[in-house]
Amino acid sequence: MWVYEKKLQYPVKVGKCDMRMAKYLYTQYGGPDGELGAAIRYLNQRYTMPTNEAKGLLTDIGTEELAHVEMICTMIYQLTKDATPQQMEEAGLGTNYAIRANALFPADPNGVPWTASYIQAHSDPVTDLTENMAAEQKARAAYENLISMTDDHGMRDALKFLREREVVHFQRFGEALRIVQEYQAAKKIF
Amino acid sequence: MNDKEILLRSIQEVEFALLELNLYLDTHRYDRLALMEYNYYAQNLMMLKYNFDMKYGPLMNFGFSPSVDGWRWIEGPWPWE
Ligand SMILES: [Fe+2]
Repeated sequence: MWVYEKKLQYPVKVGKCDMRMAKYLYTQYGGPDGELGAAIRYLNQRYTMPTNEAKGLLTDIGTEELAHVEMICTMIYQLTKDATPQQMEEAGLGTNYAIRANALFPADPNGVPWTASYIQAHSDPVTDLTENMAAEQKARAAYENLISMTDDHGMRDALKFLREREVVHFQRFGEALRIVQEYQAAKKIF
Repeated sequence: MNDKEILLRSIQEVEFALLELNLYLDTHRYDRLALMEYNYYAQNLMMLKYNFDMKYGPLMNFGFSPSVDGWRWIEGPWPWE
Protein backbone atom coordinates (compact mmCIF):
# COMPACT_ATOMS: atom_id res chain seq x y z
CA MET A 1 0.00 0.00 0.00
CA TRP A 2 1.01 3.64 -0.13
CA VAL A 3 1.61 6.32 2.46
CA TYR A 4 1.96 10.05 1.93
CA GLU A 5 4.72 12.26 3.26
CA LYS A 6 3.61 15.85 3.81
CA LYS A 7 6.51 17.62 2.10
CA LEU A 8 7.84 18.18 -1.41
CA GLN A 9 10.69 16.01 -2.66
CA TYR A 10 12.65 19.18 -3.51
CA PRO A 11 11.80 22.77 -2.56
CA VAL A 12 9.80 24.76 -5.11
CA LYS A 13 10.21 28.54 -5.04
CA VAL A 14 8.27 30.16 -7.85
CA GLY A 15 8.23 33.91 -8.58
CA LYS A 16 4.93 35.52 -9.46
CA CYS A 17 6.01 37.27 -12.63
CA ASP A 18 6.13 34.44 -15.19
CA MET A 19 2.52 33.29 -15.25
CA ARG A 20 2.55 32.09 -18.84
CA MET A 21 4.78 29.23 -17.64
CA ALA A 22 1.76 27.78 -15.80
CA LYS A 23 0.28 26.76 -19.12
CA TYR A 24 3.52 25.24 -20.41
CA LEU A 25 4.15 23.35 -17.16
CA TYR A 26 0.95 21.43 -17.84
CA THR A 27 2.92 19.31 -20.31
CA GLN A 28 4.67 17.70 -17.33
CA TYR A 29 1.42 17.24 -15.41
CA GLY A 30 -0.99 15.66 -17.89
CA GLY A 31 0.97 15.73 -21.15
CA PRO A 32 2.16 12.71 -23.18
CA ASP A 33 5.59 12.62 -21.49
CA GLY A 34 4.45 14.03 -18.17
CA GLU A 35 4.95 12.81 -14.63
CA LEU A 36 1.45 11.39 -14.19
CA GLY A 37 1.89 9.16 -17.24
CA ALA A 38 5.30 8.07 -15.98
CA ALA A 39 3.93 7.08 -12.57
CA ILE A 40 1.02 5.10 -14.01
CA ARG A 41 3.24 3.47 -16.67
CA TYR A 42 5.77 2.14 -14.14
CA LEU A 43 3.35 1.19 -11.39
CA ASN A 44 1.30 -0.74 -13.95
CA GLN A 45 4.23 -2.51 -15.62
CA ARG A 46 5.79 -3.83 -12.42
CA TYR A 47 3.30 -6.69 -12.03
CA THR A 48 4.65 -8.69 -14.96
CA MET A 49 8.38 -8.02 -14.51
CA PRO A 50 10.42 -11.24 -14.25
CA THR A 51 13.20 -10.05 -11.89
CA ASN A 52 13.03 -8.61 -8.39
CA GLU A 53 15.38 -5.82 -9.45
CA ALA A 54 12.87 -4.65 -12.07
CA LYS A 55 9.86 -5.07 -9.74
CA GLY A 56 11.63 -3.04 -7.06
CA LEU A 57 12.89 -0.36 -9.44
CA LEU A 58 9.50 0.18 -11.09
CA THR A 59 7.83 0.41 -7.67
CA ASP A 60 10.40 2.94 -6.47
CA ILE A 61 10.58 5.10 -9.60
CA GLY A 62 6.79 4.96 -10.04
CA THR A 63 6.48 6.27 -6.49
CA GLU A 64 9.07 9.00 -7.08
CA GLU A 65 7.16 10.12 -10.19
CA LEU A 66 4.12 10.76 -7.97
CA ALA A 67 6.30 13.12 -5.95
CA HIS A 68 7.18 14.87 -9.22
CA VAL A 69 3.50 15.26 -10.07
CA GLU A 70 3.17 17.08 -6.75
CA MET A 71 6.11 19.39 -7.54
CA ILE A 72 4.68 20.31 -10.97
CA CYS A 73 1.22 20.90 -9.48
CA THR A 74 2.78 23.07 -6.78
CA MET A 75 4.42 25.23 -9.44
CA ILE A 76 1.17 25.58 -11.44
CA TYR A 77 -0.78 26.32 -8.27
CA GLN A 78 1.71 28.91 -7.02
CA LEU A 79 1.59 30.68 -10.38
CA THR A 80 -2.20 30.71 -10.77
CA LYS A 81 -3.71 30.73 -7.26
CA ASP A 82 -4.38 34.48 -7.13
CA ALA A 83 -4.79 35.07 -10.87
CA THR A 84 -7.82 37.04 -12.03
CA PRO A 85 -9.83 35.83 -15.05
CA GLN A 86 -8.00 38.48 -17.12
CA GLN A 87 -4.59 37.28 -15.98
CA MET A 88 -5.58 33.68 -16.71
CA GLU A 89 -6.61 34.73 -20.18
CA GLU A 90 -3.36 36.62 -20.79
CA ALA A 91 -1.46 33.52 -19.71
CA GLY A 92 -3.33 31.44 -22.28
CA LEU A 93 -5.45 29.78 -19.61
CA GLY A 94 -8.75 31.45 -20.54
CA THR A 95 -10.30 28.15 -21.55
CA ASN A 96 -9.14 26.58 -18.28
CA TYR A 97 -10.81 29.46 -16.42
CA ALA A 98 -14.05 29.05 -18.37
CA ILE A 99 -14.25 25.35 -17.52
CA ARG A 100 -12.94 25.24 -13.94
CA ALA A 101 -11.71 28.69 -12.86
CA ASN A 102 -8.35 28.35 -11.09
CA ALA A 103 -8.60 24.62 -10.41
CA LEU A 104 -5.85 22.31 -11.64
CA PHE A 105 -6.58 19.44 -14.00
CA PRO A 106 -4.51 16.52 -15.36
CA ALA A 107 -4.32 17.77 -18.93
CA ASP A 108 -1.69 18.99 -21.40
CA PRO A 109 -1.06 22.71 -22.12
CA ASN A 110 -3.85 22.70 -24.70
CA GLY A 111 -6.31 21.36 -22.15
CA VAL A 112 -6.42 17.87 -23.66
CA PRO A 113 -7.11 15.55 -20.71
CA TRP A 114 -4.51 13.00 -19.69
CA THR A 115 -5.19 9.63 -21.27
CA ALA A 116 -3.90 6.11 -20.69
CA SER A 117 -3.12 5.92 -24.40
CA TYR A 118 0.08 7.87 -23.57
CA ILE A 119 1.41 4.68 -21.99
CA GLN A 120 1.81 1.06 -22.99
CA ALA A 121 2.51 -2.32 -21.39
CA HIS A 122 3.62 -5.51 -23.14
CA SER A 123 4.58 -8.06 -20.46
CA ASP A 124 7.71 -8.53 -22.59
CA PRO A 125 10.10 -6.93 -20.08
CA VAL A 126 12.64 -5.87 -22.72
CA THR A 127 9.89 -4.00 -24.56
CA ASP A 128 8.56 -2.38 -21.38
CA LEU A 129 11.96 -1.29 -20.07
CA THR A 130 12.96 0.07 -23.48
CA GLU A 131 9.74 2.10 -23.59
CA ASN A 132 10.63 3.47 -20.16
CA MET A 133 14.12 4.48 -21.27
CA ALA A 134 12.61 6.37 -24.22
CA ALA A 135 10.01 7.94 -21.93
CA GLU A 136 12.72 9.23 -19.60
CA GLN A 137 14.57 10.82 -22.53
CA LYS A 138 11.36 12.44 -23.78
CA ALA A 139 10.72 13.86 -20.31
CA ARG A 140 14.32 15.12 -20.12
CA ALA A 141 13.90 16.90 -23.45
CA ALA A 142 10.58 18.40 -22.31
CA TYR A 143 12.27 19.76 -19.17
CA GLU A 144 15.00 21.30 -21.31
CA ASN A 145 12.30 23.01 -23.40
CA LEU A 146 10.66 24.36 -20.25
CA ILE A 147 13.97 25.54 -18.75
CA SER A 148 14.75 27.46 -21.94
CA MET A 149 11.39 29.25 -21.74
CA THR A 150 11.79 31.00 -18.38
CA ASP A 151 14.22 33.28 -16.54
CA ASP A 152 12.58 32.67 -13.16
CA HIS A 153 15.41 31.44 -10.95
CA GLY A 154 13.27 29.33 -8.60
CA MET A 155 11.39 27.66 -11.42
CA ARG A 156 14.57 26.90 -13.33
CA ASP A 157 16.10 25.40 -10.19
CA ALA A 158 13.17 23.01 -9.62
CA LEU A 159 12.97 22.12 -13.33
CA LYS A 160 16.70 21.37 -13.41
CA PHE A 161 16.26 19.04 -10.46
CA LEU A 162 13.43 17.23 -12.25
CA ARG A 163 15.48 17.04 -15.46
CA GLU A 164 18.33 15.45 -13.54
CA ARG A 165 15.97 12.83 -12.11
CA GLU A 166 15.03 11.73 -15.65
CA VAL A 167 18.71 11.20 -16.42
CA VAL A 168 19.11 9.02 -13.33
CA HIS A 169 15.92 7.04 -14.10
CA PHE A 170 17.16 6.41 -17.65
CA GLN A 171 20.43 5.08 -16.25
CA ARG A 172 18.71 2.77 -13.73
CA PHE A 173 16.24 1.44 -16.34
CA GLY A 174 19.20 0.62 -18.57
CA GLU A 175 20.75 -1.39 -15.75
CA ALA A 176 17.47 -3.17 -15.03
CA LEU A 177 17.21 -4.03 -18.73
CA ARG A 178 20.71 -5.55 -18.67
CA ILE A 179 19.79 -7.66 -15.61
CA VAL A 180 16.58 -8.85 -17.32
CA GLN A 181 18.50 -9.82 -20.45
CA GLU A 182 21.06 -11.75 -18.40
CA TYR A 183 18.20 -13.51 -16.62
CA GLN A 184 16.58 -14.44 -19.92
CA ALA A 185 19.87 -15.68 -21.38
CA ALA A 186 20.51 -17.84 -18.28
CA LYS A 187 17.00 -19.33 -18.53
CA LYS A 188 17.68 -20.41 -22.11
CA ILE A 189 20.90 -22.23 -21.16
CA PHE A 190 19.53 -24.29 -18.26
CA MET B 1 -0.32 -18.83 8.98
CA ASN B 2 3.42 -18.73 9.58
CA ASP B 3 5.14 -16.23 11.91
CA LYS B 4 5.67 -13.71 9.12
CA GLU B 5 2.02 -13.82 8.06
CA ILE B 6 0.86 -13.44 11.68
CA LEU B 7 3.05 -10.36 12.19
CA LEU B 8 1.96 -8.88 8.86
CA ARG B 9 -1.67 -9.51 9.77
CA SER B 10 -1.32 -7.54 13.03
CA ILE B 11 0.37 -4.70 11.11
CA GLN B 12 -2.55 -4.67 8.67
CA GLU B 13 -5.03 -4.55 11.56
CA VAL B 14 -3.26 -1.77 13.42
CA GLU B 15 -2.70 0.23 10.22
CA PHE B 16 -6.36 -0.10 9.32
CA ALA B 17 -7.42 1.11 12.76
CA LEU B 18 -5.05 4.08 12.32
CA LEU B 19 -6.35 4.85 8.85
CA GLU B 20 -9.93 4.86 10.12
CA LEU B 21 -9.03 7.06 13.10
CA ASN B 22 -7.11 9.37 10.76
CA LEU B 23 -10.13 9.89 8.49
CA TYR B 24 -12.36 10.40 11.52
CA LEU B 25 -9.96 12.91 13.07
CA ASP B 26 -9.71 14.81 9.78
CA THR B 27 -13.30 15.91 10.37
CA HIS B 28 -13.31 15.73 14.22
CA ARG B 29 -9.97 17.23 15.13
CA TYR B 30 -10.91 18.06 18.77
CA ASP B 31 -12.09 14.55 19.73
CA ARG B 32 -9.67 13.76 22.59
CA LEU B 33 -10.66 10.12 22.89
CA ALA B 34 -10.06 9.40 19.21
CA LEU B 35 -6.75 11.25 19.44
CA MET B 36 -5.66 9.11 22.39
CA GLU B 37 -6.53 5.97 20.51
CA TYR B 38 -4.66 7.24 17.45
CA ASN B 39 -1.50 7.84 19.45
CA TYR B 40 -1.84 4.51 21.22
CA TYR B 41 -2.02 2.60 17.91
CA ALA B 42 0.70 4.76 16.34
CA GLN B 43 3.08 3.68 19.11
CA ASN B 44 1.95 0.09 18.61
CA LEU B 45 2.53 0.28 14.87
CA MET B 46 6.05 1.61 15.30
CA MET B 47 7.04 -1.42 17.38
CA LEU B 48 5.35 -3.92 15.06
CA LYS B 49 7.03 -2.43 12.00
CA TYR B 50 10.42 -2.29 13.65
CA ASN B 51 10.01 -5.97 14.50
CA PHE B 52 9.03 -6.80 10.92
CA ASP B 53 11.87 -4.78 9.35
CA MET B 54 14.46 -6.55 11.50
CA LYS B 55 13.13 -10.07 10.88
CA TYR B 56 11.92 -10.02 7.29
CA GLY B 57 13.56 -7.03 5.61
CA PRO B 58 12.27 -3.53 4.92
CA LEU B 59 8.52 -2.98 4.73
CA MET B 60 9.02 0.52 3.32
CA ASN B 61 11.35 2.09 0.75
CA PHE B 62 13.34 5.35 0.72
CA GLY B 63 14.90 4.87 4.16
CA PHE B 64 11.69 4.58 6.15
CA SER B 65 12.81 1.04 7.04
CA PRO B 66 16.43 0.05 7.65
CA SER B 67 17.87 -2.84 5.62
CA VAL B 68 20.24 -4.44 8.08
CA ASP B 69 21.57 -7.58 6.43
CA GLY B 70 22.08 -6.74 2.77
CA TRP B 71 19.68 -5.01 0.37
CA ARG B 72 16.56 -7.03 1.17
CA TRP B 73 14.10 -4.47 -0.26
CA ILE B 74 13.84 -6.22 -3.62
CA GLU B 75 13.34 -9.73 -2.18
CA GLY B 76 10.15 -11.48 -3.28
CA PRO B 77 7.44 -12.39 -2.89
CA TRP B 78 5.89 -9.02 -3.71
CA PRO B 79 2.44 -8.17 -2.36
CA TRP B 80 0.77 -9.15 -5.64
CA GLU B 81 2.52 -12.53 -5.90
FE1 LIG C 1 11.28 9.91 -14.49
